[in-house]
Amino acid sequence: MYALIALGYTMVYGIVRLINFAHGDVFMVAAFLALYSIERFHLPLPAVIAVSAGGAALLAVLIEAVAYRPLRNAPKIAALITAIGVSLFLEYFTALHQVFGPNYYAFPRPFDVVSLDAGGISFTNIQGIILLVTLASLGSLQYVVHRTKVGRAMRAVSQDMVTAALMGVNVNAVISFTFALGAALAGIGGVLYGIAYPQINTFMGVMPGLKAFTAAVLGGIGSIPGAVLGALIMGQSETMTTAYLSSTYRDGIAFVLLIAVLLWKPTGILGKLRTEKV
Amino acid sequence: MTFLKNIGKAVVPILLLSVPVMYLSSREILNPYWVQIYQQACVVAISALGLNLIYGFTGLFSLGHAAFLGAGAYTAALLTKLYVGAYGDEAVLATAAVFSGSLLAGGIAAAALAFLVGVPALRLTSDYLGIATLGFGVIMKVLFDNADTFLPSMGGARGMTGIPRLTGVPWAAGGLVAAVLVMRNLVHSSYGRALVAVREDETAAAATGIDVSRYKVIGFTAGCAFAGVAGGLYAHLYAFLHPSTFDFLKSFDVLMIVVLGGLGNMTGTLVASFGWVFLLEGMRVVLPPEYIEFRWVLIPLLLIVTMLARPQGLFGLREFPLLRGRVYR
Repeated sequence: MYALIALGYTMVYGIVRLINFAHGDVFMVAAFLALYSIERFHLPLPAVIAVSAGGAALLAVLIEAVAYRPLRNAPKIAALITAIGVSLFLEYFTALHQVFGPNYYAFPRPFDVVSLDAGGISFTNIQGIILLVTLASLGSLQYVVHRTKVGRAMRAVSQDMVTAALMGVNVNAVISFTFALGAALAGIGGVLYGIAYPQINTFMGVMPGLKAFTAAVLGGIGSIPGAVLGALIMGQSETMTTAYLSSTYRDGIAFVLLIAVLLWKPTGILGKLRTEKV
Repeated sequence: MTFLKNIGKAVVPILLLSVPVMYLSSREILNPYWVQIYQQACVVAISALGLNLIYGFTGLFSLGHAAFLGAGAYTAALLTKLYVGAYGDEAVLATAAVFSGSLLAGGIAAAALAFLVGVPALRLTSDYLGIATLGFGVIMKVLFDNADTFLPSMGGARGMTGIPRLTGVPWAAGGLVAAVLVMRNLVHSSYGRALVAVREDETAAAATGIDVSRYKVIGFTAGCAFAGVAGGLYAHLYAFLHPSTFDFLKSFDVLMIVVLGGLGNMTGTLVASFGWVFLLEGMRVVLPPEYIEFRWVLIPLLLIVTMLARPQGLFGLREFPLLRGRVYR
């Protein structure tokens, strides 16, 4: 699940070199959309996923157009601060009583939990669904990025924005599409989160968002397999820490790992070395 | 004579910053709450100056500033808790000596920590340094949370209590003036020029004989020392420390102040710090209670609008005359 959020970070960073701090909050909004579409409209699970992913994508495109696009040629830090601003705004705005409200809300399980057993490995059907949905999303993402025209445009823009524009790529449209795609994945992540940990509130995006970003950096930011690898390592190490050490150290271990990896390989495990142009 | 003149330069602004506030509060025109906010603004300004030295002047993207604030705060608080009672309540001078000593110790502890972190971490560049320092901030918070397992008086996740309430208006204002003076002299010294050179172009700086990694560590360590002193003042202002005061979100607050004021601009940092603190608290008073949650909705909006309108920060490169160097960039 970290993988789904991490992918959004890594794609956006790969193209516009911006740490999109609002990404974790897009994830949160998606979870709330899922909550409402289950509780109020009793939609089936695939429809819920579609609504959340679509809503998240729409929100991200909106954020990009309003807050990031005007700053594309400004100093990078201005965009970063704006991203933090957007993140805070989303968190506190949705915490208002008139919007989602500040409390924890129970997320209804769309189906019953069943424990399955496959060749000695026992898992619940929830874990199974999460695994399947994650794999399906990753597969379609790989397809989009490597086998379609938009995907080729995305890769071109990430290599050199100006040259891509000269070659007739509509840079703004591609960037919007990247934001939408990344947010849609986060939206799916939001639904899965709600199913796995049946309690959500408006600040739930902060830690997963941060850790997903860490995972993206760990694996080498800008690289899609790297994000998945980083997310897997993070998830494993956190579970191990909780199991063998103490859950109070859980949030720390991910970052210890991150710093260790960065010192050993400053661009992440699968990251490419990027020389700064003078 | 120059020595006396320099002393005067330090004393006059301290008096200017503290006497009016103290007078107004003694006549009960200013209630204690606002006096406390005033001191908090001073503390925030000191720590923001430190981050401006790190990011604004040296160009090192640090997202872990609050961790160093915390390191200074806990160090200073532990020391005063140990030694202040020892001389009795009557020994005003001894208390003041212990307090200033522990503030210094807080600064030194933060600087030492920054040195240890900086030597390996400053090899990283831009965003990677940011995420590494952010990670360091989270690690420190986890350590503070679990601190009671190895040092019970630090309180861990329950917070540290029983810290003597020593910070007063003169201390806060004095700390701020000292920070501004040290900062001004540092920035306009050959060291400061070297730091700016590293920020502008590492290759060119190295070509003119500047040891880039050494100056990066110097800038980072010095900036964190400011945070340590600010942390010490903070601890003795509220007499209570909690790990959540030093988590990474608080590092963002300081970063926002520095960027709002303008990178590499002391005037901007000072104005933005005071503006930030008073705006936060002012909205608590101005807004009706049922709309109090709108505070954090309005502030990010304000932030976004400011950034869209003035990406270079409120002040850009303009400085108060007092803070300018002889050679103005």
